Amino acid sequence: MSVEIDTSAFTEEAYELLSELEASLLELEESPGDQELIGRVFRAMHTIKGSGAMFGFDEVAEFTHEVETVFDMARNKTISVTKPLIDLTLAARDQIRAMLDAAAGGEPANKDNAQRIIQGLRALLPGANASAGAAAPATNKKPPAQASDHEPHVYRIRIKPSPELFANGTNPLLLLGELRELGEDCQIIAQYDKLPPLENLDPERCYTTWEVFLTTKQSENAIRDIFIFVEDQCELNIRLLDREEVLGTDVQKLGNILVQRGDIPEEALEKVLKPIGDRLVESGVVSPSQVKAALAEQNAIKAKRDKKVQAESATSVRVPSEKLDNLVDLVGELVTVQARLNQTASTRQDHDLQLIAEEVERLTGELRDNTMSIRMLAIGTTFNKFKRLVRDLSTELGKKIELTTEGAETELDKTVIDQLNDPLVHIIRNSIDHGIETPEVRISKGKNPEGLIHLSAIHSGANVLIRVEDDGKGLDPDALVRKAIEKGQIPPDAQLTDKEAFQLIFGAGFSMAEKITNVSGRGVGMDVVRKSIDALRGSIDIVSELGKGTIITLKLPLTLAIIEGLLVRVGDELFVLPLAAVEECVELSRQDVVNAHGRHVINVRDEIVPYIRIRDRFDIGGEPPDIEQIVISDVEGKRTGFVVDSVIGQHQTVIKSLGKNFEHSEEFSGATILGDGTVALILDLSKMVRYVEAEEEDLTEPVAA
Amino acid sequence: MGKKIMTVDDSSSVRQMVGLTLKGAGYDVVEAVDGQDALTKLKASPVDMVVTDLNMPNMDGITLIKELRALPNFKFIPIVMLTTESQAGRKQEGKAAGATGWIVKPFKPPQLLEVIKKVLG
Repeated sequence: MSVEIDTSAFTEEAYELLSELEASLLELEESPGDQELIGRVFRAMHTIKGSGAMFGFDEVAEFTHEVETVFDMARNKTISVTKPLIDLTLAARDQIRAMLDAAAGGEPANKDNAQRIIQGLRALLPGANASAGAAAPATNKKPPAQASDHEPHVYRIRIKPSPELFANGTNPLLLLGELRELGEDCQIIAQYDKLPPLENLDPERCYTTWEVFLTTKQSENAIRDIFIFVEDQCELNIRLLDREEVLGTDVQKLGNILVQRGDIPEEALEKVLKPIGDRLVESGVVSPSQVKAALAEQNAIKAKRDKKVQAESATSVRVPSEKLDNLVDLVGELVTVQARLNQTASTRQDHDLQLIAEEVERLTGELRDNTMSIRMLAIGTTFNKFKRLVRDLSTELGKKIELTTEGAETELDKTVIDQLNDPLVHIIRNSIDHGIETPEVRISKGKNPEGLIHLSAIHSGANVLIRVEDDGKGLDPDALVRKAIEKGQIPPDAQLTDKEAFQLIFGAGFSMAEKITNVSGRGVGMDVVRKSIDALRGSIDIVSELGKGTIITLKLPLTLAIIEGLLVRVGDELFVLPLAAVEECVELSRQDVVNAHGRHVINVRDEIVPYIRIRDRFDIGGEPPDIEQIVISDVEGKRTGFVVDSVIGQHQTVIKSLGKNFEHSEEFSGATILGDGTVALILDLSKMVRYVEAEEEDLTEPVAA
Repeated sequence: MGKKIMTVDDSSSVRQMVGLTLKGAGYDVVEAVDGQDALTKLKASPVDMVVTDLNMPNMDGITLIKELRALPNFKFIPIVMLTTESQAGRKQEGKAAGATGWIVKPFKPPQLLEVIKKVLG
């Protein structure tokens, strides 16, 4: 971050303060006991020092600090205000003024003079000789952080805040968050044994204590620094765990020895051996959360030990990808069954069953995330292929192009990566052919003769953004519109925004190339790109500036198998809308429909949003409710509403394909099975919008012609 | 919308610097010239956080913190004090009054933002 700060604000203010200081000092000479005046002098010095240092006037700040120290004592009545003090302070005032003038380009200030004033002031202090050196300017002394070792350590950190912690505006969660950021692995266990029964609970007091197991390369001081503001309000206990615990050798346990000697059968041992934690809890010695904390400690150490072992043996396993696909399918089934279990548990109102259902839900969630992460691959290999492509094509076309990449480590579902290759090839080809100019043209435009294509990938929520950026000639919206009119793809009087004009390049058979080259110009390509990205449930965004370059951004879901959806009801039918596209839900009353005079638009906070009635679209019978819901979604950069009877809620959707018989029903991207076994269709929002648009054009065209 | 922070300082240059730094980081900033001014403005419109100097005319920072903590709207918001005195006494006094933390002047913009992030999130 760099904020350029104008120092003139400081100098102007300092001059003002200095004249005020002079006036106060002269008044003070008349009435040396006036605390109000002493306070004023102190504050003036204090401000000059503080802001001086911030604006880089270190010399002024150091010098002023000396004067301030003396006046602080006068303020605390340690010394009294005398004539010599006032004389010296006036001289100091002149000295500061000289220093400021010098900084503004005037004559350099006399350093000996400054030294003389400081010595004079120090002589006024009680016990002057002894403490002459002690009055050195106060600095932010922080002990240098211990050089962190290469090897990470496991720390156990106990945080026991005082109940009044909240009264100082401290949010302990932020501190725990900072701790988490410090390390590679961090387990936080809240202990709420001290939590009183609800009727006695004061929500303004903090009853929780935390136990944290942190694996980090940072030193203990770095951990303590996080708690600097709450040192006196927290009992903080930090202990380095590894060394003896991790390196200690195992000693045979008594039970094992007995079994080995044949004195007892193994089953007998297991019967007696309950986890020690359970036994301790039963006997009331410890609370369950204390046991949980101790277990976490054990796990943290184990994990570290396991890591050591792992590092020595092989770290990866190669399996055929069909096996992974099967695994994902099974997890999908499991998620579906789990939804059914949840539903059954809640309809039966069986408390025990609900507890089990919740546990299964948690496990299924973890299993799903883990399985998905196994299928994740870094996009880097795909990026590398393009280096060759760019090199070959640019030579062929007599252009000089450099390809840079960023975010090669970004991970995406394997199936997404597989299907991403062709669209990216098309986009990069277009950049090379249409975007980047020849070296001669570039030089004449004052650009670097070597063109640049930048390929990047970053995570953004549940999506990955893949960006192809070139510094070529950019897209000309007017030319695009002319071409589209020429080809009859849009009516001659069409008014398009730049963004809409850019979208024209995705039209079938659209080409801007003056001549057909080997590389591009046949008008196949970008419409194929659009189709592939649609199939991946992604979207394309184009930003372009004429003469400067073009940025094409592909927004893709991380995975194809399971999405977050919004479950809605129309009549007796259930539908799922991809949650990623949903922006908000608003109500549509009969009155709204009347107000719009039959047009399918609604005014949402002064913005006109068109909507599609799912009921009409799919000929669903029955009467709509008096107040319907509009789910407003972002479809290719335009806000579009979808009218439904009611919104049921968020639903984790395992996508099932519809099978061959339904492959022409393009308005649905698949189906999903709900908890009670019913099927809900997943809507493909952008296809729906495109169909409706196409139909409306068919309807309006004869009228317009 | 960014979170709103009030900066209270009698020095316009400090206010300017703190203000620029915070705005640069995407926060909304309101300014007050002393404790009295701050209290009046805050009663009219609450903020998410307060950064206040300690030595000010009319009403000093410690009094301001005490007054704010007595108001329901400001009971739990982060309040950070700007101090030059690195002596423990002044910090203790501030903490006792209800300050969340402190920044020792002089400081550079990144240090300020670090503290803001620490207490405001």
